[in-house]
Amino acid sequence: MSSIVAFPVILPFGVAAATLWLRNAPHWQARIGILGSLLHLAAAAALFRRVTQSGIQTMQVGDWAAPFGITLAADHLSVVMIMVTAVLGLAVAVYSRAEIGPELFRAGYCPLLHILLGGVCGAFLTGDLFNLYVWFEVMLMASFGLLVLGQEKRQLDGGVKYVMINLFATLLFISGVGLLYGMTGTLNLADLHLAVQELENEALLAAVAAIFMTAFGIKAGVFPLFFWLPVSYHTPPAAVSAILAGLLTKVGVYALIRLFSLVFIFDVALTHGLLLGAAIATMVTGVLGAAAFNEFRRILSFHIISQVGYMVLGLALFTPLALAGAVFYLLHHMIVKANLFLISGLSARISGSYELGRLGGLYRSHRFLSLLFFIPAFSLAGFPPLSGFWAKLILVRAGLEIGAYVAAAAAVIVGLLTAYSMSKIWSEAFWKPSPGSAGSGEDRRTAPSPDIWMLLPVAGLAALTLIIGLMPGPFLEVAERAAHELTHPQMYVNAVLEGR
Amino acid sequence: METALAFVIGIIAAASIYLMLSGNLIRFIFGLVLATNGVNLLIFVSGRLSQMSPPLIPEDAAVPAEPVANALPQALILTAIVIGFALLSFVFILFYRTYQSLGTVNTESMRMAEPRASLPEAWDGRSQNPDGHPSPEDAS
Repeated sequence: MSSIVAFPVILPFGVAAATLWLRNAPHWQARIGILGSLLHLAAAAALFRRVTQSGIQTMQVGDWAAPFGITLAADHLSVVMIMVTAVLGLAVAVYSRAEIGPELFRAGYCPLLHILLGGVCGAFLTGDLFNLYVWFEVMLMASFGLLVLGQEKRQLDGGVKYVMINLFATLLFISGVGLLYGMTGTLNLADLHLAVQELENEALLAAVAAIFMTAFGIKAGVFPLFFWLPVSYHTPPAAVSAILAGLLTKVGVYALIRLFSLVFIFDVALTHGLLLGAAIATMVTGVLGAAAFNEFRRILSFHIISQVGYMVLGLALFTPLALAGAVFYLLHHMIVKANLFLISGLSARISGSYELGRLGGLYRSHRFLSLLFFIPAFSLAGFPPLSGFWAKLILVRAGLEIGAYVAAAAAVIVGLLTAYSMSKIWSEAFWKPSPGSAGSGEDRRTAPSPDIWMLLPVAGLAALTLIIGLMPGPFLEVAERAAHELTHPQMYVNAVLEGR
Repeated sequence: METALAFVIGIIAAASIYLMLSGNLIRFIFGLVLATNGVNLLIFVSGRLSQMSPPLIPEDAAVPAEPVANALPQALILTAIVIGFALLSFVFILFYRTYQSLGTVNTESMRMAEPRASLPEAWDGRSQNPDGHPSPEDAS
């Protein structure tokens, strides 16, 4: 019993309340938002330290003993996700200070952002299936708000489609919860792990597992359920794109990993075989979709899909090494992807467009920004020694170890195609002369210099990518510990149901 | 009773999916309302239908004296109704605002976020509009 578990969830809601109260003072909102994100990071780091030192931490909300009350449980997977969430929250809070205009702050940007962070952390920490549904709703509500904030036509259009498909996924999720409760009589994840083993009707259980797979598959953007993602992610301001791209689909992946390592492990060949097929198809279709487009953020959106495929691949292979790869991939990907969206916002701020055809000459005018793009972009493609290389290496090796040659080959080929896409952005936006002033040498003087508040988080996240790439050891160790817990669900169950 | 309700839930689900897929925002909302109720009914039935006494424990006892009805499904449904209601009101406003702004409730003609000019087959390096976003007249 340790209340430290609850802080990363409670804190963002406190910040949201404070910033809501300061609705009409945009500058103070931005400041309090940054301060709150710093505190959130501190709370996440404290929890991270506690979990790495003394194992899984649990908290029974309201002192109702598990499995009757709501349980919060923090294992290594949870704290890794919360740590990255807090880092992204801070980066975006700082970035928004410069990018988001006062009218959006007045419209409630800051409260929505922090409610989103709180909802995401709640989803990562809860040990109760129905509570997971509630956190998903909190997160979705905030993301709906953020997505259409500003009410531009294309935002409303993308938002409507995003809302439709996500509401449907939520309904599927809650139906699954109802059916699973009807079969087992419990909603506590640890208790479900035990109760599911006693069920005799495996066919019914497989059907419920498929419902959950579909629901979380829609949230995660898995093939063939990803079409909502590239419709909506390129419409809001870059800061919003970045936080949605960094966090939301990954909560879906997290929920898949949690449920399909703790509850639905009655027929691994069936469920994880399905996931394997979906993962390979997701990787390939995502990257091919990206190759077809010429808009900065739409290319990045398709890459989210392709990268989600890698994470699901790690879950589908279901060996300790593969799961460690999935966790490492999540860690690497969330930072890199959010950073790329932030950079797209910066380059659009400089050149006035997200269309690659209208971008150009950024290398001549903004060398430092080009370097900052180079690091996450080629980390995403898996160039050594950047973080993406290690993430892909682990997954490919895990695939080869158990003879999943198709999956390993797909992982390598998709990596190459990702490199193609990133080179396309590099050569169009950064390398080629600016379409306006064709190599006149004036770019350097006339180009506006990017705002320091926007450059700072980008540089910070790029530095983090470099650190993970150059010193993967400690990060890999945490990922391996998370994988160890995931492959030994008994540890989680014992921690939650101790002293029953 | 459970069997009959299972069929009712099935019919509600089928009708709601039909409405949601019809490509019209108004019909989508009706489909959503229907689906929410269907799911609530599903949770209700999966918690077992019974005619037992309410889950109240006498003051001097620690456990109920006789078998009682399961109160949890109803608590779950109550939560789902509240969340569903909030979502529904948000969806109403979003769709109305979208209708005001885009002038249509037909999802097929909503192409602001994915303008045809920037679709790959039409892309030839020179889009007609500077931003690649069509003006409202193009979308109709």
